[in-house]
Amino acid sequence: MSSSSNLINALFIFMLAGFIGFEVIRRVSPLLHTPLMSLTNALDAIAVVGAIVLVGEHKSSLSAVLGFIAVVAATSNIVGGFLITDRMLKMFKSSRTAPKP
Amino acid sequence: MTSELAGSQIIIEIVYLIASALFIFSLKWMSSPTTARHGIWAGEVGMLLAIGGTLLRYGIVDYRLIAIALVLGTIIGIPLGRVQMTAVPQRTALSHAFGALCVTLVGSAEFYLRSPDISRFMMSVLSIEVILGGLTVTGSLMAAGKLQEILPQRPLTYKGQNFVNFLLLAVAVAIAVFLVLHPGTRSLFPFMILIALAFGVLLIIPIGGADMPTVISLLNGYAGLSAAAMGFVLDSKLLIIAGALDGSSGLILSIIMSKAMNRSFTNVLFGAFGQVQAAAAAGEEARPVRSATAEEAAAILSAANKVIIVPGYGMAVAQAQHKVRELYDALTKRGVEVRFAIHPVAGRMPGHMNVLLAEADIPYDRLVEMDEINGDFPQTDVALVIGANDVTNPAARTDAASPIYGMPILDVDKAHTVMVIKRSMNPGFAGIDNPLYYLDNNLMLFGDAKVFVGSIVRELSGGHG
Repeated sequence: MSSSSNLINALFIFMLAGFIGFEVIRRVSPLLHTPLMSLTNALDAIAVVGAIVLVGEHKSSLSAVLGFIAVVAATSNIVGGFLITDRMLKMFKSSRTAPKP
Repeated sequence: MTSELAGSQIIIEIVYLIASALFIFSLKWMSSPTTARHGIWAGEVGMLLAIGGTLLRYGIVDYRLIAIALVLGTIIGIPLGRVQMTAVPQRTALSHAFGALCVTLVGSAEFYLRSPDISRFMMSVLSIEVILGGLTVTGSLMAAGKLQEILPQRPLTYKGQNFVNFLLLAVAVAIAVFLVLHPGTRSLFPFMILIALAFGVLLIIPIGGADMPTVISLLNGYAGLSAAAMGFVLDSKLLIIAGALDGSSGLILSIIMSKAMNRSFTNVLFGAFGQVQAAAAAGEEARPVRSATAEEAAAILSAANKVIIVPGYGMAVAQAQHKVRELYDALTKRGVEVRFAIHPVAGRMPGHMNVLLAEADIPYDRLVEMDEINGDFPQTDVALVIGANDVTNPAARTDAASPIYGMPILDVDKAHTVMVIKRSMNPGFAGIDNPLYYLDNNLMLFGDAKVFVGSIVRELSGGHG
């Protein structure tokens, strides 16, 4: 499974994704840096897939228990992260759309 | 192996591919407030696809336990998504801890499932995963505790602090190297985790509140990198991509924050900033300042054409953003042009002020970044500083002996009149004296930010024309 060619492929993917991330995120408006952080937090919780496999395959009780806690932690980040990012972005209104005083 | 993927596995990989693309779009759409909400949908769809695809995987037998964990996580996640906007910095720190916890636990489980049959490269990546993950768990919890003010916000320093920290990290790395050479040494693994956890605590102890924007960004980056390392361990391209995106986001934000404070990473993490400031604050003699009442402030503001409001952490602490909005409304109604100058490190996390002001319904096109607005201060009638201190301190431009010398600041002193709302002349949290307060064009408005802005609004609506 973890042959050396797989690892080299993975390194290439990591490098390319790093460059894409750098270029995309450099363009994010500083206005939105707080929602950006909560969004990347939610996306980062994709680590849940690794934890789900641990729980689902149930190879040992230790791995299942650790995986279970990991799924709970990551899921709370996914749900909480998307929820608060959405709430924050809803608040950003331009003067054209904001209710006039 | 790779050339003979089973049919269902190909479908799963394609689902992951689509999810990766959606994640990149999600971040791309964050470039502007008009498209940002598409970004959430893209992220959510990507996430659902990825989880759904994973559940299809061959080998998964226990769906019940997965379902319970997902439900439990959702139950915890909902209140975390509904916190007050003023609590967003500590919520963010807490979620870095959760993310890193997931990564550390999965890494540990994988070690015990695979040991002793782990290749050297795999064991190196796994060590990076759990060391970065572990220190991010406790570091983020410490940061959250400081932000929630459960823990003291003042930096705690002692002699030989950096030496102790480096020593701990060195021991953790030494254990990692040993495990790379002897991956069967299962009993050593918990020590590596424990040391990483302890290192996380010690790393944040000397960090003060004003450095939080940099530290939160840095922890964000660590959480991302540890997730990417987990992607290598699990051979999951999706995870590598998501981790790399999160890691670069944290890295970019840390760079922006430390540039805005004119400090390097190492200086933030190992600089013990608090001590320098305390030394600089000593030996101050009393100098005269001019103060004004709410009535006088209201008169000056209503006579102005252009006003720039400079918010800082003090506005967040006093929960003054809604009163500030009333002030904005009252002045705009009189034809005064009001804008807000946002310093990158104002508040406790990147973008903190923007979120608070947006919550108070102030249109985002009125919120202007430092570099864009700094040239406008000389043509500005009134700069009103609310709860900001260091980011307006002209000593950063002029006084080479000042601990904040060289830090980019908002040039409020160049406005015709500066008004500073402040509780007292105490140098406050940072402990640096601000020569702005003694300038001829400066007026001090002593009082609580919320109360004082409230009285200005009352004066403005009280029939002054």
